[in-house]
Amino acid sequence: MLQLKQIHKVFNEGTPDEKIALKEMTLHLKPGDFMTVIGSNGAGKSTLMNLISGKMTPDLGHVIIDGNDVTAVKEHKRSKLIGRVFQDPMAGTAPAMTIEENLAIAYARPASRGLKKGVTKSRRDFFKEKLETLHLGLENRLQAKVGLLSGGERQALSLLMATFTEPKILLLDEHTAALDPSRAELITKLTKEIVESYKLTTLMVTHNMQQALDLGNRLIMMDKGQLIFEANEEQKQHLTVEKLLAEFQRIRGEKMISDKAVLI
Amino acid sequence: MPTALFGSIEAGFIYALMALGVYLSFRILDFPDLTVDGSFVTGGAVAAVLIVGGTDPFLATIAALFSGFAAGCVTGLLHTKGKINPLLSGILMMIALYSINLRIMGKANVPLLAEETIITKLTAFWKSLGLDEMLSFLGFVPKTWGILIFMLILSFAVKLIIDRFLKTEIGLAIRATGNNETMIRSFSADTDILKIIGLGISNGLVALSGALVAQYNGFSDVGMGIGMIVIGLASVIIGEAIFGAKTIVRATFAVIGGAVLYRIIVTLALRVEFLETGDMKLITAFIVVCALIVPKIIEKQREKQRKKRRLANFSQKAYESGEQLAAVKTDS
Repeated sequence: MLQLKQIHKVFNEGTPDEKIALKEMTLHLKPGDFMTVIGSNGAGKSTLMNLISGKMTPDLGHVIIDGNDVTAVKEHKRSKLIGRVFQDPMAGTAPAMTIEENLAIAYARPASRGLKKGVTKSRRDFFKEKLETLHLGLENRLQAKVGLLSGGERQALSLLMATFTEPKILLLDEHTAALDPSRAELITKLTKEIVESYKLTTLMVTHNMQQALDLGNRLIMMDKGQLIFEANEEQKQHLTVEKLLAEFQRIRGEKMISDKAVLI
Repeated sequence: MPTALFGSIEAGFIYALMALGVYLSFRILDFPDLTVDGSFVTGGAVAAVLIVGGTDPFLATIAALFSGFAAGCVTGLLHTKGKINPLLSGILMMIALYSINLRIMGKANVPLLAEETIITKLTAFWKSLGLDEMLSFLGFVPKTWGILIFMLILSFAVKLIIDRFLKTEIGLAIRATGNNETMIRSFSADTDILKIIGLGISNGLVALSGALVAQYNGFSDVGMGIGMIVIGLASVIIGEAIFGAKTIVRATFAVIGGAVLYRIIVTLALRVEFLETGDMKLITAFIVVCALIVPKIIEKQREKQRKKRRLANFSQKAYESGEQLAAVKTDS
């Protein structure tokens, strides 16, 4: 469903600030795969997301979605296939517009927009039905401005908006990181339910190792723009946070030694 | 006096179309578009030149609308494809349009007094209906009611079309573009195209207003757009402050109301002894400053009152519970 082939991305090339963001990144997600991505700051996780969503283009390599090479396809065209939830709960919704208007915008994503009315009666019923699955009572506040919702409610709405049109790929970029623990737990639970019910091919970046283990069927660890560890479905079931940390330490430790060796 | 006021209301409804255009760019797209100063004249110039050339005034006015649409699209292109800052792309277009407008008209001023315009046609049509006599019971007889009523209907028709448009899928996407660009891009909308369309419609309305103003005043002048953006903003801000802007339907109504109110305020201000016609821009600036500051002061005052009341309530309660405590103590 999603394939990354030999992706390279360098920032500020040719300047003293040159930074290799991604190096020979190759990934393959089968339909229905839910992969969690962990790694320290600057590991290239966000760059990875931006390259898939089309916000950035790779220097080398190809992005393939559902068999089509979309490397050169612009962000807005590509987003017909991709649902995204951002870290900032404010980023995924339009605050000055009502809940139903926001949903109508999301509803129009897979098709092209025309002069049809955005919110019709039948669509409103559909939106209500979908909002009920969040169990937040938002179905009774269709006309409320989204700016009046709390961070958790907005993120739940963003999640719904990103998924209810059943995109080919779902990208979750630390989407629970800015929420308090109880809200984060709620969003994590909703994520699990939604991804399972639509069988979405999902890539989730997170800083929370427990979350990375609880969700999804595959896991990768990134460091300095490279994929350093990968766990498949079976391996992932036996992983714990301790094992993961030990793995991280082992690989990083080795790297540090090799860096030192270069210095000597 | 009543005649002057009547005239200002008439003009208010014509300028309301321009204010609706400014509302679209300034509030909906969140794009401070200075093209308005130029595209207003472009509308007047295109209509005037076509009318003088013998074109039907209605067709000429529609042509003016499209000329403004084109000008707005160019501003949009400068900003989106040329990556030029919004203010600067508007200013560049405004200055470019000054020369273009001169070219269209061929001279600085095109008189329309001897020509058949929408205004003369409407006046004649209205007279044939003979409704002015019926309205004479009001005790006030202007030259004609026809223009006021036509402009009122036109401005509200445009308002209704805008309201409806902003609820369509494209309209929703345009609103989201002004509200949260990251979000709408992740929902497969091409924000570049949406901004270009939005600015086109906005300036189309401005040019339509310019075309009608030129016909209403009986001439098109290359300088008639100076300060137009500020007048537009004044209308939007006054309207929103007085009539509220909770929903789109309410806000577009407020903009029309604001445009009419602005004309009335200016007319009344010019009645004051020491003020001259040349002071109009100063008055405009003053009105805008007031409309921006006064609501804030009122809100602050209200907030203070509320706090005072709450504090009074609180100390009252504290006093009562203290008394109770004292009573309990003496009992024991």
